Amino acid sequence: MDCFNYPIDVKTLRRKKASIRRTLLEQPNLIEKKIAVLGGSTTNEVVDQLELFLLSYGIKADFYQSEYGKYWEDAMFGSPELDGFEPDIIFIHTNWRNIIDFPQMNMDKTQVDDMLEAEYQRFEGMWQRLSEKFNCPIIQNNFERPNYRLMGNRDVWDYRGKANFVSRLNQKFYEYANEHTGFYINDIDYLAADFGISQWNDAKYWNMYKCINMDAITYIAQSVAFIIKSIYGRNKKVLALDLDNTLWGGIVGDDGVEGIKIGPEVPQGQVYAEFQQYCKNLKDIGAVLAVDSKNEEANALAGLNHPDGVLRPDDFVDIKANWEPKDRNLEQMASELTLGVDSFVFADDNPAEREIVSAQLPGVAVPAMDGAENYIKVLDHSGYFEVTNLSAEDMKKTDMYHAKAEASKAKAAFADYSEYLKSLDMKATITGFEPIIVQRVSQLTNKSNQFNLTTLRCSEDDIRAMEESDDYICMAGRLVDKFADNGIVTIVAGKIVGDALDISLWLMSCRVLKRGMEDLMMNQLVAEARAKGINKIVGHYYPTPKNAMVQDFFDDYGFSLTDTDDAGNKKWELNVGDYSEKVSYIENEILDREVQ
Amino acid sequence: MTREEVLVKINEIFRDAFDDESLEVSDATTANDIADWDSLMQMNLIEMVEDEFGFQFSMDEAAGLKNVGSMVDVVLAHC
Repeated sequence: MDCFNYPIDVKTLRRKKASIRRTLLEQPNLIEKKIAVLGGSTTNEVVDQLELFLLSYGIKADFYQSEYGKYWEDAMFGSPELDGFEPDIIFIHTNWRNIIDFPQMNMDKTQVDDMLEAEYQRFEGMWQRLSEKFNCPIIQNNFERPNYRLMGNRDVWDYRGKANFVSRLNQKFYEYANEHTGFYINDIDYLAADFGISQWNDAKYWNMYKCINMDAITYIAQSVAFIIKSIYGRNKKVLALDLDNTLWGGIVGDDGVEGIKIGPEVPQGQVYAEFQQYCKNLKDIGAVLAVDSKNEEANALAGLNHPDGVLRPDDFVDIKANWEPKDRNLEQMASELTLGVDSFVFADDNPAEREIVSAQLPGVAVPAMDGAENYIKVLDHSGYFEVTNLSAEDMKKTDMYHAKAEASKAKAAFADYSEYLKSLDMKATITGFEPIIVQRVSQLTNKSNQFNLTTLRCSEDDIRAMEESDDYICMAGRLVDKFADNGIVTIVAGKIVGDALDISLWLMSCRVLKRGMEDLMMNQLVAEARAKGINKIVGHYYPTPKNAMVQDFFDDYGFSLTDTDDAGNKKWELNVGDYSEKVSYIENEILDREVQ
Repeated sequence: MTREEVLVKINEIFRDAFDDESLEVSDATTANDIADWDSLMQMNLIEMVEDEFGFQFSMDEAAGLKNVGSMVDVVLAHC
C-alpha cells in the first residue's frame, strides 16, 4: 500500500486506520507476535499505528499496554497481566518528559554526575529486571531534545544544560546497547530532529493528551516497526538498481561514457557519486546490490567503469542489462539467488518501470525515486535494511560486561514498591467541591470511565448542589509529587441517609493509579463519617464496558458484598467501627480539614 | 463554506473514525451518543478535522468542544 512508502501518508494512516487494518489482516501467512508497550506517555495511538506498520510487514501483533505512565512500575514490580502476557518483544516508549531530575543552575559537576547516574540506574535496573523475567528483545527510546534551551547555545555543552544532560544520558544508553545483545535503541532523537523539534514538542499535545505531536507518532511507530521486522528477518536483502538517471545522470547508450554525469565536475555528477557511495556503504551492512537496466551490457559495464564512479561491476551480485521487461529480470534474479521476490528493493527513476514491477511483483518494495538529490533520503527513510544484528561474533563481549552489569544492578532502584512510593514525595490536599474547582469536578465525572464506580455524570449545578447540601460529604483530592502537580485526580461524594452514608460518586484519574491515593481518600471518608456519627457506609459498583478494574474495589477496604443483581450491579456495606486504616505514603495536608 | 457543507464532511470523518458507514451525526451529537467516543477518540477526531480542513485547533478550541455543533463552529471560524 502506498501510504507506507516514503513519504508516508500520515493523514490516510490516521483516517483510514480501520479499513487499512481490515485489508492487511486478509494477507496470507501472517506471523503472530506479542508486544508489550510500556509507556511514559499515552500509548494507544502508537500501538494503533504500530499495528498497521507491522501488518504491512506480515506481522500480526497482539499488544499489552501499561497503564498511563506506568512503564517503570510495570517493569520493576510486574503486573499479573504483563506476566501472563509473556511478550515476545518489549517496547519502552519514553521521552524526555519522563526524566525525573534535571540539573539546577547552582549545582556543581559532581552533583550533576550523581544525578545522571541515578537517572541512568533507574533505566538500567528496569532493563535488567525485564530481561531476567522475560528473556526477550527490549526496544528502548532514547531521549530527544527538550522543548527549550534555557541558556541558549550554552545549553548543549554546559553540564547544567538540559540538552547536555539528555545527550549524556543517551550516551549511557548507547553504552548499554553496545554491551548487550537483544537490546535496541529506537532513535527518537533523530526522528524529532527530522520532524522538527518545535513541532514535535508542541505543548498542546502533551498537556491535552499526554503524548507528542500526533503526526510524529506515526513516524515513531514506523521506526519501531523497522526494528521489529528486522529482528524477525523481514528485512530486504537485495537492492536492484537501474542505471541511466539512477546511478548516473544521462543515458550511457546515447551520451557515451564521457557524456554521463558522475563525479565532481558538475553538481548532478556529485549527487550521483554520493548516491553510488551510499549504495556501496549498504554493502558493508550486508545488503546485496544488483543491476536491472534496459541497456546493452557493454554500455552498462562501460558506465560502471567510469573513472569518477564509485561502484564497480564487481560490487554487484548480478548485472542484468538487456531489453527484457524489468520484472522478468527481477524474477529470474530471485530464482538464481534462491530468494523470494519480496527480498528485493527495486530502485528506478522511471515511474513507468516502477509501475510495471509493482503490478507484476507485489512483494517487491518500489520506492518513489524522484529527483537524484532525493535518492539517499528516500532509501534511508524506508528502513529496508534496518540493522539489528551485525556480525554475531563481535557481539560476544556480553559475558565480559556481565559482571559489570551485575555490580551496577545492586545500586539500581528500590527494594520494593513502598520504598518507591515514599521516594515520590507525594502530598495530597483534600477539599470539598469549592467554587473554584466545580468546573473541574464536573468535567472529571463526565470523562472518567475506568476508575469510576458509579459513572454518575454531573453538571456543574449538580456538583454545587451536593456541596451546598448538609446531607452530602464531598471530597476532591489533589495530588502533588516530585514530578508534577497532578491537579485534582479523585472525586468522592456520599449522601447521608439516617445513620448511613451512601457513596454515590467515587472516581479517580488513571494517571495516579497504584499510588495509594484511593487509600487516603477512604481513610479520610471514614474519619469524616465517624465525626458525623455515621455508623454504616454503603458502596455501589455499576458495571460499564470500561470500569471492570474497580468491580471489587470495596472488597479491599473490608466492605461486605450484600447484594448483586443480574446486571452485575453490586452493593457493599461497611460498619464504620470495623474499618482499619490503610497505610498511605502520601502526606495528607488537610487532616485538620474542618468537618462541616 | 456553509454550515451544512462542513457538517457533511465532519459526518464522513466520524464514519471513518468509528468505522461505521451508517453513522449520522448532527449539531447536538455528543460523546454520550456514540459508545466509542472517549478522550483518545476525541484527540483523533480533532486531528482528522485538522487534516480535512487544513488548520490547527488552538488548545482553547480543542478544550471547549461540547458536541458536533461546536466542532462545526470552530471549523467555520477558520475556513
